[in-house]
Amino acid sequence: MTDMIAVRGVTKSFGTQEVLCGIDLDVARGEIVALLGENGAGKTTLINILSTLIRPDAGTARIDGLDVVRERQAVKTRLSLTGQSAAVDEVLTGDENLRMMAGLIGLTRAQAAERSAALLERFDLTAAARKRVKTYSGGMRRRLDLAISLLATPPVVFLDEPTTGLDPASRQELWSVIRHLADNGTTVLLTTQYLEEADQLADRIVVLREGRIVAEGTPGALKARVGGEVVEVRGPDGEILGEVPTDGSAAGLRRALGAVDDAAAITLRRPTLDDVFLTLTGKARS
Amino acid sequence: MTALTAPPLRAETTFIRRSIIHTLRTPDALVMAIALPTILMLLFTYVFGGAIDEDGGYVDYVVPGIILLCAGFGAATVATDVASDMTAGIIDRFRTMPVRASAVITGHVVASLLRNLLATGIVVGVAVLVGFRPDASPLGWAGVVAIVGAYILAMTYLFAAIGLAASSPEAASGYGFFLMFLPYVSSAFVPVDTMPAWLQWVADNQPLTPIIETIRALLLGTDPGADAAWAAAWIALILVAGIAWSSVVFARKAGRR
Repeated sequence: MTDMIAVRGVTKSFGTQEVLCGIDLDVARGEIVALLGENGAGKTTLINILSTLIRPDAGTARIDGLDVVRERQAVKTRLSLTGQSAAVDEVLTGDENLRMMAGLIGLTRAQAAERSAALLERFDLTAAARKRVKTYSGGMRRRLDLAISLLATPPVVFLDEPTTGLDPASRQELWSVIRHLADNGTTVLLTTQYLEEADQLADRIVVLREGRIVAEGTPGALKARVGGEVVEVRGPDGEILGEVPTDGSAAGLRRALGAVDDAAAITLRRPTLDDVFLTLTGKARS
Repeated sequence: MTALTAPPLRAETTFIRRSIIHTLRTPDALVMAIALPTILMLLFTYVFGGAIDEDGGYVDYVVPGIILLCAGFGAATVATDVASDMTAGIIDRFRTMPVRASAVITGHVVASLLRNLLATGIVVGVAVLVGFRPDASPLGWAGVVAIVGAYILAMTYLFAAIGLAASSPEAASGYGFFLMFLPYVSSAFVPVDTMPAWLQWVADNQPLTPIIETIRALLLGTDPGADAAWAAAWIALILVAGIAWSSVVFARKAGRR
């Protein structure tokens, strides 16, 4: 069986700015892959190419064996996109949003009503179903947005920074929804700026930097390369003197502390995206 | 997994219904489209009208211009509706669905046509209340409705294109302003031959004058003559330009918000 997503040598420039410089990526059926990178790394551009919104300058991308440029209309029946800004109609109610989108993808009126009710229930929006989306919180909008994406049960779901701007509780909720999706066999490609999010959700993490894939692997493998914890060594005035990655074990910590001057203060913290970049690319973010 | 396909025109009917719901739930645009021309009509009839035509017959002269002002001003609000959709995430959703995403523009256009025909009808009703007495035959009325509807459609498409090209809904809403001034330099409020010669040339050759003269002739039951052909030609030109421009901008803006 072919991979659900197959990307070969995709490049894209906007004007003179090269946003993607030759991307190769395969995502197996039912896999959750996180594209990890900072703003401007090219994550959204890649997602937009895969979801047929923009054309690549060179290279090919296939979804379920179908070319995203030449077989655009067929590709659109295989995917759903949840973009960075919630793609919902604020003037309509949650229920009306779902039923309108259901109508657009070809469900009958009865099917649309039934599907809308089921999704509202699943995303805990039943109480707000008849309220206008204008009155929804950020978390509710995101949930509605995702519910709309799942109307057609597409085999591929693209999520572009699904939890940006959400409070911790809403983020947890959304994570559990995404995990549930993959349990049912949906292929998920999501973008995130947070290592923790990628770690929580993804079978595989692909690190994107300035339009290039700089590393990929399971969360465990990547973190092993970064270290489970980072020891921050601070001077008397609290200035950071150095950062030493460790594997988080007592032995690893002792080794790290062996190199530290007794006068210094130390703190332990989780690795951040910066540490991943530092370790994986050998240089700090500019 | 089943690949669903919507029946033909499902996208169009869905988006038309959506735009009509938008109009009903945000009635400001409809209220403005009725209030502004009505206020202008009352102003021209009662404040300036006595000076222009001492016999009090000015209302019959001014109504065709007010109708066009109402239709044009109301149609201009479609720019804001379109720009709001284009700058929000929802357009990307429509684009990644197996539907004709451009139908979202069709929805706004049809809703605008219905909204502005209603607004124009109400304004004509108010005109009758303040003494407007047309002599049009049923056929003449049908002609007025047809030409006003075609004018609204053309202006709506033009402003849909402006809304597509605009960088934000706020920017888009500014352009309707220009349309407010076009009727003043035409035969809408005063006969063109009272203007200085150079301005007469502008007024005689701008699109609104033949359209207004045609509506005026139909309402008064006289023969519009060559003006009817000029009016039809201008409306067709604006309509074709608006549709072409909006198609080009819609395609060019794909995925680039």
